[in-house]
Amino acid sequence: MSDEDYIIIAENLVKRYDQKVALNGIDLKVKRGEIYGFLGPNGAGKTTAVRILSTLTDFDGGTVIINGHNLKKNIMKAKVSVGVIQQHISLDKDLTVMENMRHRALMHQIPKNKREERIAELIEYFSLDEYLDSKIDSLSGGWKKRVSIICAIIHSPEIIFLDEPTVGLDIKARRLLWELIRLLNKDGTTVFLTTHYIEEAQALCDRVGIIDNGKIIADGTPSDLSESLGKFTVVATDPDGKSVYKYFPDRASASEYGNSMTNGEILIRRTNLEDCFVELTGRTVKN
Amino acid sequence: MAWGDLRFMRHNFVSIMAMTLVSPVLYLIAFGYGMGQGVEMDGVPYIAFIIPGIVALSSLNASFSSTATRLNVQRLYYRSFDEMMICPLRTSSIVIGKAILGFIRGLISCLLIFLLGLLLTDKLIFSLPFIACLMLSCLTFALLGEMAALLAKTHQSMAVFNTFVILPMTFLCGTFFSVSILPDIFQKLLYLIPLTHASECIRAGALGWNFPLLSFIVMIMFCLLFYAINYYLVKTKKV
Repeated sequence: MSDEDYIIIAENLVKRYDQKVALNGIDLKVKRGEIYGFLGPNGAGKTTAVRILSTLTDFDGGTVIINGHNLKKNIMKAKVSVGVIQQHISLDKDLTVMENMRHRALMHQIPKNKREERIAELIEYFSLDEYLDSKIDSLSGGWKKRVSIICAIIHSPEIIFLDEPTVGLDIKARRLLWELIRLLNKDGTTVFLTTHYIEEAQALCDRVGIIDNGKIIADGTPSDLSESLGKFTVVATDPDGKSVYKYFPDRASASEYGNSMTNGEILIRRTNLEDCFVELTGRTVKN
Repeated sequence: MAWGDLRFMRHNFVSIMAMTLVSPVLYLIAFGYGMGQGVEMDGVPYIAFIIPGIVALSSLNASFSSTATRLNVQRLYYRSFDEMMICPLRTSSIVIGKAILGFIRGLISCLLIFLLGLLLTDKLIFSLPFIACLMLSCLTFALLGEMAALLAKTHQSMAVFNTFVILPMTFLCGTFFSVSILPDIFQKLLYLIPLTHASECIRAGALGWNFPLLSFIVMIMFCLLFYAINYYLVKTKKV
């Protein structure tokens, strides 16, 4: 694959906050049109990476190329390609939904005739009519997130960054948001998201990078990453509640091992990303 | 860039204006009428002396506080300032755009106070130097408010800036009395502060006195300095 096939290229990306190294030489390539997930615990460097890649924060070392534009040389052109949905709701809460959309369209310098057309298109697409005159704080968490996404894609960016998009949402709102992300991706938008929910990475992402302590420690499709340990996992829990994990290439060898255990409980299941994360870092993703 | 801020002002126009006018009107009553009856300052009745001072003071308070408060909330509470930083906007557009709310609010409130002043004394004149100085003053203090909000790490640090920078400026910088009556050393210190120059320029413009060109130039320098600091903070993303 040539560099043109990648919409995000980061090489040896370094970011420090005073003495603390937040990103320690990250190399990353995201293909056009894919959903790429950054999976890692809190404090791993996910948000810092998103802030840098989305042009919001400067970096101390390395190279970042967004849609063919080097951030150190041509940040304005890169900005045009990018939409960002931050972890927190970053809408102007003194303004209505419609005003937030219009303000964002103005800041992206969308010409007047196209501006109203695009806003009308998004209102229809997301069935937003009844909320247009509502202030942001009167919306539910799910709708606030939706409006954030709508504002972020108002200029039809080629990449959208979502930083922990479903934190604080209930299961229903989370699944609706997943659908929305898939829809955007289906339209050709590249999606870069961070998450610490294993099931989110597994359900949504074409490719996942596992980040810990400011470094990418694994990268691949969710199934490749999981299966790198072995397709099946045997969890043997002794009477004291202590669990031991063993990985096997097929169910037969996993069952054979399980049957050989005489003490405690045995669980045989498919290996998942959480297992991969634990093996790589020695801890669970939520801790 | 300023569209959102202007919509915010439109939504809250009456309350914003009412809040802006409370302090100046109280100053006018307390110092102008309560204490200033029969008093002269720099050769004019005290009420005529104090009205341009209160106008200068309002340009500071209204322009500074409306810019600083809104930007501080957008940065630290709504986090919507990040969204502006993501958009493909020139740094100069962001810096000027964020000062426009304060500039317009300051200008409107100062003009209202001046109109009130015209009813109270016939010594005031609405002149070109007056309006030029007023606009420069509102822009300078809006940029100062922007600087304070960009540098603030917490809501508390804005309160500290208000207490230790804005409040002393309010009372000391030639708004309620002529700086010339102070000892030399204090005069020199006060001329390091932009409101002293704003008061002198606005008062000269409003009373038709000789125009203090040096103070006007110093005001321009302060305005450029605050603009440059804000430009640096936004450009280097140190916000």
